[in-house]
Amino acid sequence: MREWEPVIGLEVHAQLLTDSKIFCGCSTRFGQSPNSSTCPVCLGMPGSLPVLNQRAVDFAMRMIIATGGEVATESVFARKNYFYPDLPKGYQISQYDRPIGVGGSITFILDGQQNSVQLNRIHLEEDAGKSLHPEGSGDDYSRVDLNRCGTPLIEIVSEPDIRSAEEAFAYLHALKQLVEYLGICDGNMEQGSLRCDANVSVRPKGQKEFGTKTEVKNMNSIRGVQRAIAFEIDRQIAILESGGEIQQQTLLYNDSDGKCYPMRSKEESHDYRYFPDPDLVTLEVAPDWIAGVKAALPELPLKRRARFVEQYHIPEYDAEVLSTSRTLADYFEATVRVTNNPKAASNWIMTEVLARIKDQPSDNISAFAITPDRLGSLIKMTLSNQITGPIAKEVFEAMLTDPAAPEDIVAARGLAPITDTSELERIIDKIIEESPDEVKRFKGGHKKLMGFFVGSAMKATEGKADPKLATELFNRKLAE
Amino acid sequence: MGAAAKLRRRFEEGEAGLGSYYDRLLPELERIQRDLNCFTSITIGLAHQTIERLEKKAASGQPGGKLFGVPVVVKDNICVSGHPTTCSSRILQNFTPPYDATVITKLLAEDAVIVAKSNMDEFGMGSSNENSAQGAVRNPRDPARAPGGSSGGSAAAVATGVVPIALGSDTGGSIRQPSAFCGVVGLKPTYGTVSRYGLVAFASSLDQIGPLAADADTARLVFDIISGHDPKDTTSIPQESYPSRTDLKEFKGLRIGIPREYFENDIQPEIAAAIADLKERLADSGCRIIEVSLPNARHAIATYYTIADAEASSNLARFDGVKFGHRTAGASNLAEMYTTTRSEGFGAEVKRRIMLGTYVLSSGYYDAYYRKAQQVRRLISQDFERAFQQTDLLLSPSTPTTAFKLGEKVDDPLAMYLSDIFTVSVNLAGIPAISVPYGRDGEGLPIGVQFIGPRFSEYQLLEVASQVEQLNDA
Repeated sequence: MREWEPVIGLEVHAQLLTDSKIFCGCSTRFGQSPNSSTCPVCLGMPGSLPVLNQRAVDFAMRMIIATGGEVATESVFARKNYFYPDLPKGYQISQYDRPIGVGGSITFILDGQQNSVQLNRIHLEEDAGKSLHPEGSGDDYSRVDLNRCGTPLIEIVSEPDIRSAEEAFAYLHALKQLVEYLGICDGNMEQGSLRCDANVSVRPKGQKEFGTKTEVKNMNSIRGVQRAIAFEIDRQIAILESGGEIQQQTLLYNDSDGKCYPMRSKEESHDYRYFPDPDLVTLEVAPDWIAGVKAALPELPLKRRARFVEQYHIPEYDAEVLSTSRTLADYFEATVRVTNNPKAASNWIMTEVLARIKDQPSDNISAFAITPDRLGSLIKMTLSNQITGPIAKEVFEAMLTDPAAPEDIVAARGLAPITDTSELERIIDKIIEESPDEVKRFKGGHKKLMGFFVGSAMKATEGKADPKLATELFNRKLAE
Repeated sequence: MGAAAKLRRRFEEGEAGLGSYYDRLLPELERIQRDLNCFTSITIGLAHQTIERLEKKAASGQPGGKLFGVPVVVKDNICVSGHPTTCSSRILQNFTPPYDATVITKLLAEDAVIVAKSNMDEFGMGSSNENSAQGAVRNPRDPARAPGGSSGGSAAAVATGVVPIALGSDTGGSIRQPSAFCGVVGLKPTYGTVSRYGLVAFASSLDQIGPLAADADTARLVFDIISGHDPKDTTSIPQESYPSRTDLKEFKGLRIGIPREYFENDIQPEIAAAIADLKERLADSGCRIIEVSLPNARHAIATYYTIADAEASSNLARFDGVKFGHRTAGASNLAEMYTTTRSEGFGAEVKRRIMLGTYVLSSGYYDAYYRKAQQVRRLISQDFERAFQQTDLLLSPSTPTTAFKLGEKVDDPLAMYLSDIFTVSVNLAGIPAISVPYGRDGEGLPIGVQFIGPRFSEYQLLEVASQVEQLNDA
């Protein structure tokens, strides 16, 4: 049997986090009432003219520079002409033969190997509005919401360098991480602020020429992209192996069954008639603007991850998790600054903090109730034995709803450990007295029963006993 | 002093009252509308509102603006907030913009009174004002004749003497050609000197708003007011690029070029004679007449229609029945709604140009037509640059004929296109030009002569136009 090699290229649209739209002053805020965030310009009213938002250019440049691409000192906006109700002007302002970004690459780690996918281009464009088609109950109309219309996008076009669905997943994951680090896009595929179309073909391994490709759309998660591509690769291989031919077409991915279905051919036969938009002058970017953006770039994910291992001596896996997002990495480093103990900070964040963040509706750590300062104080208290481990977990729990400092919570709730040895001795004596069987077995060699004794002490003190001290006392007394 | 400044002074010095002046003016507007069909709407409400404001202003002793009380007509492709802007198209019959064009904001700030929106060739596409959903405009010099186009209503209104100023727009001659046909002054400014914000686009890289006026002084006053950088229009030129208006060359010694190729066309003999006469009198006044060559002039019409129609096909895509304007009554699906709406809403000439423009941009034809046209456009521009190395201004007829009869060219689009043969290159090069009346033909119809200048030479052109007015009167 022949061995097949998939060839995949991804086109990713990222909505830029500018306050206003790309060609007018309307807000880009999500979730406004329909058509409220609009003006004559983004409604395409006759006589209105676009004025380029410089911030959108700035954001696009961040991505181009961060991926090692070249910022074109002169780039041109072009009109992509087609009719659709959510496209008010009858054309989308995009960039065509002279995009703002050329080349570059996205680097990621897959199965422990560093890998890199070349980019063809990054260009700026405006988003369209949304068409809403109410279903059922005899509705024979559609609605259009133009709030999103004019939201700035960058389109990141990869070269056909990707060879598997897993690699596509890793590429997209790295891309999402990068736009988040750069602060230019929230990376939310479910809400559509990051969208991905895939061009997929397969060819016999070793063949140079590409096979016929199909375009797969309508994926709304990174996992969905991986599944859609895997499905499409299998579908194409099955067709080719049974002697068939691949038809060049657009397919829509259906998330509920994980399959791709062809789009009606009528909807894809467009001649976009691109030409330079005469309403916008050539976009000129001065070298010192590029230099300024470059100088202001944050530390990028892979670099930060490597530094975490090197500087803090935490495991590779911890470094990977903690550098997933810029806010999490910032949170970690801020906690380290308070505790001076990277391993403890890492442990707390990897277990307790991330478990809580996952429960929250938004994965945003900057809104998390326990700030790095407060978490740091808590960790410091455990490190200096001011509280016991179990109590620390209890205090952490309390801090989720109680804004007080951990020290105050401990004081107010009487959670300080029992430091008075005589008090602890009394409790231990009582346990020994009430557990003759266990004492007998322990003395007979069942040393594992120490767990039972210490546990009983913790229970009796509601966790305030220092387990180390308790162990010591039990050992002494049971040896008598 | 021009007609507008004189009128303003009458108000200022109390020789005329605003109220009584406008009580007499409004019936006059209705009369010329009946006779000429030069308006799409008379904006009585807006006029009354402005007059009321101006009266209060005058009573409070505040100084009046440069156009205090002066009535102005606005071509119906320029948006006036709260008033219908139809572009003389059925597709925009019910469209009322919620914003003012920048030029309107500027005129109102100088206390002008906007009295009417003027009839035009639909979306600016035409040279006779016969392509209008409102019907043709008549030429006040001879009602059987076309006023020219596309700013035909604006030119006709000024030619009646009822208003001293109208705004027009010029994409390939749409201010200058009707100005010549109706015997008024029309200035097409340098591309980018007047904001296009609020001008309904026909061909964005060629469109420019400018004044049609009773005289050159009035045109200068209006140009002064409406020009200037506008942050809402990124193609408008930065303020610092504008040369000072006082830095003018002396009329005596001015080098005036005569483009040889322009006179290889068919020109009505009286017009050729008028140019010959003017050349002589300019020479008598101390100007130097120099023959120049514009070798690519013969490609101008083809280049113009390729570029203008390409841009138009895209600019007019927004009229789709979805958001504003006409929508067909009985479509059963989206594609049908689009096609029927647009079939019903656009006139024949607009459809012709949308089809041409769509064709030249389509895949496989782009290089042969649109790209080629852009290359020729650069050559045409370079021709002018070369000519201006040895001359200050160029002189040509504004049009090959005087006003033709209504209906004469309706069925021959190519003949109609040729009436813009002297004007279109100016738009392709983005440079300014002015049409000023000089003499009449055998039937008493006005002849227009055109002066073309390098970028930012508007004040020089206006100055020469004033001199020509004096020669014409003499």
